[in-house]
Amino acid sequence: MTRQNLNAPPPIRRLDPQDPTPAQTAPEHGATFVAAKRSIAAPQFSIRRMEVDKVSIHYGAKEAVKSVSLPIRQGEVLGLIGPSGCGKTTLLRSLNRLTELTAAAKLTGSIRLDDVDIRLIEPTLLRRRVTMVFQQPNPFPMSIFDNIAYVLREQGSRRMKKKVLAPQVHSALQRAGLFEEVKDNLDHPALKLSGGQQQRLCIARALAAEPEVLLLDEPCSALDPQSTAVIEDLIVKLRDDVAIVIVTHNLQQAYRIADHVAFMYLGDLVEYNSATRLFNEPAQDRTREYVSGAFG
Amino acid sequence: MSDTEYTSGGPQPQSDELPVGTAGPLVDPPPPAPTNAVEGSSTWSLLDRLGLAFCWFLGLLFCAIAAAIVIYLLIKGVQYLKPSMLVTPAASGFSEGESGGFSDAFIGTLILGVMSLSLALPTGVAIAVWLVEYGRPKALARVTEMTVEAIAGIPSVVFALFGTVIFSSTALGFLSRSNEGVVFGRSFFAAASMLSLEALPLIVASTREGLNAIPRHVREASYGVGKTKAATTRRILLPTCRPQIATGAMLGLGRIIGDTAIIVILLGATQNFSPVEGAPWPLDYLRGAGTTLTNFVYEASPTGNLNQPDKAYAAAVVLLLIVLLLNAGTDIIHRRARKAGTWSQ
Repeated sequence: MTRQNLNAPPPIRRLDPQDPTPAQTAPEHGATFVAAKRSIAAPQFSIRRMEVDKVSIHYGAKEAVKSVSLPIRQGEVLGLIGPSGCGKTTLLRSLNRLTELTAAAKLTGSIRLDDVDIRLIEPTLLRRRVTMVFQQPNPFPMSIFDNIAYVLREQGSRRMKKKVLAPQVHSALQRAGLFEEVKDNLDHPALKLSGGQQQRLCIARALAAEPEVLLLDEPCSALDPQSTAVIEDLIVKLRDDVAIVIVTHNLQQAYRIADHVAFMYLGDLVEYNSATRLFNEPAQDRTREYVSGAFG
Repeated sequence: MSDTEYTSGGPQPQSDELPVGTAGPLVDPPPPAPTNAVEGSSTWSLLDRLGLAFCWFLGLLFCAIAAAIVIYLLIKGVQYLKPSMLVTPAASGFSEGESGGFSDAFIGTLILGVMSLSLALPTGVAIAVWLVEYGRPKALARVTEMTVEAIAGIPSVVFALFGTVIFSSTALGFLSRSNEGVVFGRSFFAAASMLSLEALPLIVASTREGLNAIPRHVREASYGVGKTKAATTRRILLPTCRPQIATGAMLGLGRIIGDTAIIVILLGATQNFSPVEGAPWPLDYLRGAGTTLTNFVYEASPTGNLNQPDKAYAAAVVLLLIVLLLNAGTDIIHRRARKAGTWSQ
């Protein structure tokens, strides 16, 4: 083919109105909204660990979270869903007082961890009991081993020999299901792992502090479907050891792995219910519209 | 299933290329024959092509100039450079054979580099950390920022003049030679402190750049496992921006060893060390006057007092080698950091 042909604009192709393969018509509202399969069995037990009580969070004049009350239980996975900017991430970050790093944020109401108001707990201690995994995989730029050891060591200290820390580091990696893959390369830089492995390392890091509550902020949104599946399995396995709260944009994901789901909209908690109820027989119109994809 | 089943009933265009806007077969046109052509500039407008050519030309020109300087200096300098020059102090004499080497200038450069950098590096990194990680109250941060920028713009001769005022005061007499209450005000201490101000803005700027490049969620990940801000800064942030700090230190060191105004005015620019009698080693040397390679090159050049251009070339090549060595060192730090990887955005 000549150069001229390559440079010419491609011909416009029009679709024939009598195309023999017409598009499927969308299902009516009220049909089963989520086609996902639940990968989580009924909880074996559930212990109330955290209690969010009428919590409102203001950023200056803007009210990001409006009087939300929720229980957080060990043995269960709590999913927070809602459109962007609905306050779910703000609520999640307030659970270990990370919102306080933003000077403008003001919280009213109370959050209790094992019946103690978290404002009475020293923040660094609280953040070891309620750890967090972020949207972007963010291992520290050091070896895989040191990423976990950093959490185990005291503040800025480099003391405590590798040998002493090794069992704890290994068990954290095992709980995050990463140990078998990296056991021979613990000295390798963590940032050279794949995205999914990096995120599991971040989960291992969060577990190394032996937390009571694990907060996950859209942990799979930067990952491919396979890594997502691995992490979802992991979350389901972890729910008996630690109370889990997961923020997700992915409704199927919430349906697959959450026991209870809270739907937030414009700072309000619209509906809190078990995942199957919330997705299949939502009590509120807003929820119905959201889970059926009417807005998002 | 043949292609015709998916076409409309209208007349079919015969050629490969369809006239624009007509209904046509819904099959893709045959893919163009694979060529090795990448998106080239052959389709660009003349102005764009000229612009590209100009960029290429300037880039190559710059490489050529740098190469010319290095090669010329190496050829000239290596020809005259004798290892003995690095260990023989300068001496007075009429011929180049009698006037010795430039060991004092060489050692003077090293001393000043180490002293100034050990003042500027911790200060600069600390200022950058405060600006990026704390920076409150905002007004104070803004003032600090502007001060650092202002310092960056001040010519070194002004620093030198300012330095004479400060270091000639009797209160600071212990930092230089003083005689019966009269303070000489010229010493390695005086020169190093003013030179560190030259390096400071460069270190602050590149450290800030490094800190700002670390995503916020990385800091939060560290706070999120119960680490304090101090621990996060020490163990995560500073190690991460080690390459940028090294770059800043390298640039600063380049300024320090390249300066002449401060050397002449605040170091005395004597040909040899002139230690202060009676002071304990090494304070006697540091309180005394001295010289550096840049000053030696100036003095030895045809316009200087010594007029021994061969030695000027030899000293210049030593200076050049020091700078190239520093560059190589920074490069190693950068390469090591790249090996450790970085976050996807």
